[in-house]
Amino acid sequence: MTATNASTELAANRRDIRPGRYIAWTLLFIGGLIMITPLLFMFSTSLKTSGQVYDLKLIPSAPTLDNYIKVLQDGRFVQWFLNSTFIAVVVTLSNVFFDSLVGYTLAKFEFRGRYFIFLAILSTLMIPTEMLVIPWYLMSSQLGWLNSYWGIMFPGLMTAFGTFLMKQFFEGVPNDFLEAARVDGLNEFTIWWKIAMPMVVPAISALAIFSFLGNWTAFFWPLIVTTSKELYTLPVGISSFSAESAIQWELIMTGAAIGTIPTLLVFLALQRHIVRGVMLAGLKG
Amino acid sequence: MASTSALPQSGPVRLWDRLTIGQKRVVWAWIFLIIPIIFYAGIRFYPTFQAFWLSLTNWDLLRPAKFIGLANYQKMFADPTFWKVFNNTFLYLIIGTPISLVIAFLVAYYLDRVRFMHGFIRALYFLPFLTTAAAMGWVWRWFYQPVPIGVINSVLSVVGIPQQPFLRSMDQALISVLIPAIWAGLGFQVIIFMAGLRAIPSTFYEAARIDGLGEWAILRKITIPLLKPTTVFLVVFSSIGFLRIFDQVYNMTTNDPGGPLNSTKPLVLMIYQTAFSSYQMGYAAAQTVVLFTILLIVSLLQLYVLREKK
Repeated sequence: MTATNASTELAANRRDIRPGRYIAWTLLFIGGLIMITPLLFMFSTSLKTSGQVYDLKLIPSAPTLDNYIKVLQDGRFVQWFLNSTFIAVVVTLSNVFFDSLVGYTLAKFEFRGRYFIFLAILSTLMIPTEMLVIPWYLMSSQLGWLNSYWGIMFPGLMTAFGTFLMKQFFEGVPNDFLEAARVDGLNEFTIWWKIAMPMVVPAISALAIFSFLGNWTAFFWPLIVTTSKELYTLPVGISSFSAESAIQWELIMTGAAIGTIPTLLVFLALQRHIVRGVMLAGLKG
Repeated sequence: MASTSALPQSGPVRLWDRLTIGQKRVVWAWIFLIIPIIFYAGIRFYPTFQAFWLSLTNWDLLRPAKFIGLANYQKMFADPTFWKVFNNTFLYLIIGTPISLVIAFLVAYYLDRVRFMHGFIRALYFLPFLTTAAAMGWVWRWFYQPVPIGVINSVLSVVGIPQQPFLRSMDQALISVLIPAIWAGLGFQVIIFMAGLRAIPSTFYEAARIDGLGEWAILRKITIPLLKPTTVFLVVFSSIGFLRIFDQVYNMTTNDPGGPLNSTKPLVLMIYQTAFSSYQMGYAAAQTVVLFTILLIVSLLQLYVLREKK
């Protein structure tokens, strides 16, 4: 009875919405195409010769990889790409390790000062990076960290956002598991690493995705802390390369494409995880 | 009590053995926290205080910083460029936040019901979020060029609409810079709105249908009110993003950063130039304090709005 009720109701609903649904779908689809238009034109132009740039066909009449060869042969892009990858990977690993450790400690340990430390870390969310760059720059120049990987990386090694996110998730881990491990004689570090961490893998992947993406696209601090071109990250490199190649749009588009392709590939491979990660981080954070 | 008296008191190992389980856990907690505490103290808190201190000095990298009281703030508030920049920053916020949230909500609201090619369409909206602003700034800049290079003007000329100057015009440049920023952030907002929509229990909708409420009434009486926490989060998140806009502006106006005639310059770009082009570190620090204050107010407003709800 309930089944038939539900199905008639569903059918009724469907009839109501149907024409609207087609319109909605079409509009959404067109909107989506508009959203990727800049990306399509970027790729299309990167496959054109300088003479073809002015014809605005989306599919180049004689696609060529010459621009990519020209840009990559230069060597700088390869260097910038490696810099960005190295920095993003190291900072992400550091975030996953320390933010989880601190989040776990704040969620699962009882000690005096816990709430104070939690509030102190949380309060750093209110401090914008832009306010810290001048002191960071001063610190870096005094300690010789300007123009070094460490100089680019050190401000982001731990984040309040990640700590807060991980704390939320560790609070959901049942204490019984941890107690059982304690009875088995595991030390606290092993309990965290071997027992608790595997139980919050979705949160770890959300944190890792955010951290990697944020560091991969980071522009402001790397722009300030690096002056030698060998140490540029990809975004800073693309910016300086584009500024110096004046109006050679096909080369500029090729540089932009090189900066965009890796994240798009990662996204295509991990679409579900990324979308779920963003949802998790957005809802909990 | 009696048992402890017999133990010899030598070495840290013995000391450790004498701790209760609870005490051992406290020690572990502080071991775990020691490096993070050093990090947060040295890389977050100390620099924050230093920024406040520097804002009261005339430090310029060459000479040692000298305390000059509120002179930087007086200079800033008397500087018409600062007010122009202040105004621009708020324009980014006031135009950017509502437009992007309304579009994102509409997309999420309808996309949530779409089954056919759902993942594909969602990907179309989400992809720009994964791009690098520094790279995409140049793509958009190319879009805005006059004919025959610029895509947008070429389309306009085909349709018969007069050419637009976009980045070259004092009236259009700010909105031209803002559009790529909205474009890049939209996918994130759509995803978060969709997560918020899914978190609303379907029983609410069923009850509403039984009561005979129409689509519009359901949207107004159930969806939007229950979505309030999500909306508040996104308003604050995107407001902070627009208040801190930099990458797009810097890359789209490289020959005259923030131009034409400062018409696109946001606060962060002014800070960057003051600090790292003119090396007036003290003056730049004072500008960062202003940015900090604005962002603090926005965050406190969020706390206030959410607290009222509970």
